[in-house]
Amino acid sequence: MTALLLEGLARHFGEREALGDVSLSLGEGQTLVVFGPNGAGKSTLLRVLATLLRPHAGQVRVLGSELPQEAWAVRGRIGLLGHEPLLYRQLSARENLRFHARLHGVGETRVEELLAAVAMTDRSSEAVRTLSRGMLQRVAVARAVLHDPELLLLDEPYANLDPAAVELVRPLIGATSGHTRVICSHDPSGGLAEADVVLGLRAGRVALVAAAHDVQPDAIAELYR
Amino acid sequence: MSAGTDVPVSAGTEARSRGERRAPPSSSVRPDPPGLAATVAALLRKELLVELRTLESVPGMSLFAVTTFVVFHFALNRNSVEGDLASGILWVTLLFAAILGVNRLFVADAEEGGFDGFLLAPVDRSAMFVSKALALLAYLVVLELVAVPAFSLLLLGPSLGQALPGLLAVLALGDIGVAVIGTLVAALAVRTRARDLLGALLALPLLVPVVIGGARATAPLFSLTHATGPAVRWLLTLGLYDLVFGLIAFALFDFLLED
Repeated sequence: MTALLLEGLARHFGEREALGDVSLSLGEGQTLVVFGPNGAGKSTLLRVLATLLRPHAGQVRVLGSELPQEAWAVRGRIGLLGHEPLLYRQLSARENLRFHARLHGVGETRVEELLAAVAMTDRSSEAVRTLSRGMLQRVAVARAVLHDPELLLLDEPYANLDPAAVELVRPLIGATSGHTRVICSHDPSGGLAEADVVLGLRAGRVALVAAAHDVQPDAIAELYR
Repeated sequence: MSAGTDVPVSAGTEARSRGERRAPPSSSVRPDPPGLAATVAALLRKELLVELRTLESVPGMSLFAVTTFVVFHFALNRNSVEGDLASGILWVTLLFAAILGVNRLFVADAEEGGFDGFLLAPVDRSAMFVSKALALLAYLVVLELVAVPAFSLLLLGPSLGQALPGLLAVLALGDIGVAVIGTLVAALAVRTRARDLLGALLALPLLVPVVIGGARATAPLFSLTHATGPAVRWLLTLGLYDLVFGLIAFALFDFLLED
């Protein structure tokens, strides 16, 4: 089954084209890794797929639902881990996760399981504003997978994480998690190792789209020149 | 593969053999999304918790009201006021204090990604309007618990005791109007750069009828002749205004959250 189908996707911010004529398809359980320099449109693409931004042109089909018309049908089936952790700074990690759990109809045992999975149980009662960026990222990972989404949208998911923390979150958001994933990355070798399909963006346009085994790291590096 | 070309669905299947994968998440075991009441309860609980931790709205609103009464006390050079003047001072002060709360209502959500977290959840978006309006209503009640006794001590001539039952009715209707309109305006203003200014500029004209209705309904309660109750005509006007704006806000709010 096709998890993502994009045909001529375009999105503007005023006069500026953030995405233009983006087309690709991705199967269920596969991983799409998106490369591109800053401002290439990677985060915009994730926000369109997350139903947070409306596409201005083209067809966008996510988990079998057409966006934006059927956005309601895919909310709750998507987990977004963006640059912002989407956590209230004054609340603790546990309070934040419980809040999101209530919004998704998820029980509190899942919250405790995930706090343990990201090794945050001991610090779970502290306001998240007091946590380090790495800890914040671990809580954000727990928030993103709280409702066991079918599609994970991950914007540089391992940023701010030390190697031990990367190993902690890998079972939740890595290839073995079983989720269909879209990952924005600046790491050619790490990104290619995760990818089934590679998308390269430059100034909002598709510069490269191919199966991962057909892509050499040099082709990724070329996007940044 | 060239730019813009579709990648077949099967592309990259070799890469999948790198590691064991667990069964993909299944929509058939997906938890039921919460209903409107449960969503409102979750949002309201979060709202009050954030306010308890930050104390960014209610203390500022209360302090502003008390300070304003002190300023009026000295500026008017009178120990007591009654009737229209007393009613006007009370309602204008409560209005400006309420604007402080309105301006802060969505700030945490806008600055800390709360909007996105909420929009990603499979819930009725109207729940955010209802919970925010209820939170603002709670802030106004706490404000008035401080402001009305302070007003009575610093400025009010007639005894508050006799006026209290009627005053509570007028305040309740006024608060509902302020909460509904304030929430709508705050949601409009929060995504703009000049949100503090825009929030006040949009709210004030829309809240003028609430202040007029509240002040006119309250004036008989603060008269030296000790009228028995508030002006019913103005109470009905307030109630109708609340109803109309409540329906408008409920209908429009979803669109305000859209991109």
